Amino acid sequence: MRIPWRPLLFVTVIGYLAALVLVPVGAILIRVLAAGLGSVLSELGRPAALHAMKLTAIVATIAVVLNGLFGIVAALVIVRQRFWGRRLLDTLVDLPLTVSPVMTGLAFLLVFGRSGWLEAPLAAAGWKVTFAFPALVIATVFVTLPFTLREVAGVLVEIGTGDEEAAVTLGASPWQTFWHVTLPNIKHGLACGVTLTMARSLGEFGAVLILGGAISGKTQTATTFIYAATEERQEGAAFGMALLLALMSMLVLGVLEWLKAPRRKEE
Amino acid sequence: MSICIENLSKHFGGFAAVDNVSFEIADGELVALLGPSGGGKSTILRIIAGLEDSDGGTVELGGKRVDHLHARARQVGFVFQHYALFKHMTVGENIAFGLRVQGVERSEQRRRVEELLGLVGLKGYDGRFPHQLSGGQRQRVALARALAPQPRVLLLDEPFGAVDAKVREELRRWLRHLHDELHATTLFVTHDQEEAFSVADRVVIINKGKLEQQGTPLQILDEPATEFVARFVGEVNVYDGIVRGGRISVGGLFVPAHHQPDSTHVRVVIRPYDIKLFRVESDGFAVANRVLPIGDRVRVEATLHGGQPIIAQFPRRSSLLRGVEPSCRLGVEITHSRAYAVAAPEPDAGTAVPDQRPPQAAPEMERGEAREGEARGESGSAREESYSEAVS
Repeated sequence: MRIPWRPLLFVTVIGYLAALVLVPVGAILIRVLAAGLGSVLSELGRPAALHAMKLTAIVATIAVVLNGLFGIVAALVIVRQRFWGRRLLDTLVDLPLTVSPVMTGLAFLLVFGRSGWLEAPLAAAGWKVTFAFPALVIATVFVTLPFTLREVAGVLVEIGTGDEEAAVTLGASPWQTFWHVTLPNIKHGLACGVTLTMARSLGEFGAVLILGGAISGKTQTATTFIYAATEERQEGAAFGMALLLALMSMLVLGVLEWLKAPRRKEE
Repeated sequence: MSICIENLSKHFGGFAAVDNVSFEIADGELVALLGPSGGGKSTILRIIAGLEDSDGGTVELGGKRVDHLHARARQVGFVFQHYALFKHMTVGENIAFGLRVQGVERSEQRRRVEELLGLVGLKGYDGRFPHQLSGGQRQRVALARALAPQPRVLLLDEPFGAVDAKVREELRRWLRHLHDELHATTLFVTHDQEEAFSVADRVVIINKGKLEQQGTPLQILDEPATEFVARFVGEVNVYDGIVRGGRISVGGLFVPAHHQPDSTHVRVVIRPYDIKLFRVESDGFAVANRVLPIGDRVRVEATLHGGQPIIAQFPRRSSLLRGVEPSCRLGVEITHSRAYAVAAPEPDAGTAVPDQRPPQAAPEMERGEAREGEARGESGSAREESYSEAVS
C-alpha cells in the first residue's frame, strides 16, 4: 500500500501547531468567556491592572525608540565599517537572544543593586535604579537589543553599498546620503525590527521581575501582573491580562505580515 | 577634463590589486580599461572616483591633484554595473538627485531633468519608477543621473554587463553616439574586448593589477606588446619556438614573426586568420580534423605533424578551402605572427614530446589569461630537420 505522505505531513504540521498555539490561546479565550467578559473587564479596570498596562506600554515605547536608533547606528557600524573586533562585536550583540532573561536580571542586579558597582554613585546623584522604573527600562532595552539591529543589518548587507556610493559621487553629504538613500532602503527592515522589539518588550518577564521586583502599582508590568494574579488565584485578572497580551501579539504579527507583503511584491 | 594617474597602487591584504599603474586620458577622449575580471580595472576606476583610497600614486583631474578630495567633491560622474538607481525615487527624482543635494533651484532641476531625458531618449518617463523600466532603460537613467551635475569626467564600471546581448549592442552604439555629441572625457571598464574595440578611441589593458599595453584598438590587435595581450584580444594559436639563424622555427615550421625578440626561446602567437591551410596530395605539414562553417567564416581544425593542434579561419568562399576535408593532408603557411621571449625550457623538456591531447580540445585556443604549459611546441631537433624548409 502506498503511504499518503503529503496528507500525512499536512496533518502532522497542522496538529503540531494546533497543540502548541491554537489550543492554549483558545483555552485562555474560553476561560475568559466562561468567567464572563464583564467581570474580566472590571478586573482589568482596577488601578493595579491599569498601572501595569500603562507601565508596559511606556517601557515598550522607550525600548522601541532607543533600540530603533541604536539598532540603525550599530548596524551601519557593524556592516559598513571594518575594524578590529568587528566579528566579536557582531556576535556579542546577539547575546541577549541566547542568555536567559533571569540571568540578565541577576547580572544587572550585581551592577545596580545593593553594594553593586554603580549603586553608590547613582544614589549620590539621587537615582534609584533597582526596583524602580529605570530597572524596567534597562532590563527591557537589554533583552530587545538585537532585533532592530539584526533586521537592519540584514537589509544593509543585502542592498550593498552601490546606492550610497552613487549618492556620494553625486555630491551628497553623509547625512543627505543617509536620509535620502540609506533610510528609505532600510525602512522595511527597520519596521520589522521595531515590531519585533515591541512584541518582545510586551512579553518580557524574567529580567523585569528580578531587576524590577514587580511591586504592585509601582514596577508591576503586564506579565508580572499575570504572575502575581495567578499566585493570588485571581484567575479573572490573570486570564484577562493574558488574553490582552495575546491579542497585542496577534496585532503585532498582523503588522509584521503587512510590512513584509509589499516587499515581496517588489521583487 | 583630462585624467592622469601616476604610479597608482592598491593592496588588499597582501594582494596587489593595482600595481604601479600610470596612464593619461586627454580631454574629451573615450577610453576603455580592458582586462580579465578581477584584474584591478574597477579598483582603478573607483580610486579615480574617490570611492577607494590608493596606497600610493596620484590622481589628477584637469591637471590638478584630487587625492585629498572626498568622492563627493571630485565632481565625477559614476555609472555602476547594476545601475544603483534609487528604487524609491522616480526616474525624474533620480536624475535630479545630484542637483537637489547641491541645492540647485527646483525650476533649474526640472529643466535639466527634461533636457537629460531627451538626451537619453526617455522623454515622458520621469514619473516612472526604476522597477518599471527595462535593464537598458535603467542604465540610461543611471547615465543621465551621473551627467546631471555636469561632472568633469564620466566613469563607467562594466556599464553594459548586466543587460542581455542585444541590448548591450544597442547601448554600445548609443554610448559612442552620445560621446560624439557631448565629448565628455569618459573612462569605462569592460572585460569584453569587442566592447572595448567597438566603443573606445583608445584601450588600456590591465592584467593582474599591471598595465599591459595602451593604444588604439588597431595597435592592440596588430601589435600586442605582450603574450598576454595577444592571447586576450581574440583567438590565437600559441607555440613554443626557437630562433635559429634569424628565423623562428616551430616544430618543423618556419614562422615569419612580425616582431622578433632578442632571445633564443620564444613563444609564437598566431591568429587563426593569419594562417593558410591548403590541400596537398602528399607530405604536407598537418592533417585536417574538422571543417566547421561558422556563419560567414569557416574554421579548420587540424593537427600538425608534431602533434600540436592548429586552428585556422577563412572567409566562407575562400578558394583555399577547395578539397579541404577531414583527414586530408594540408600544407601550412603562416602569414603573420608575433613572438615573445620566454626563459629557456627545462633541460628534460627539450626533447620532443608531442601533445597527446585530442586536437578537438584545442586547449590553447583561449581568449582568457595565459595559462602555463599549454601547447608546447617542441624545441627538439630531430623532427625539425625532417621538416626543414617546409614553408617558403
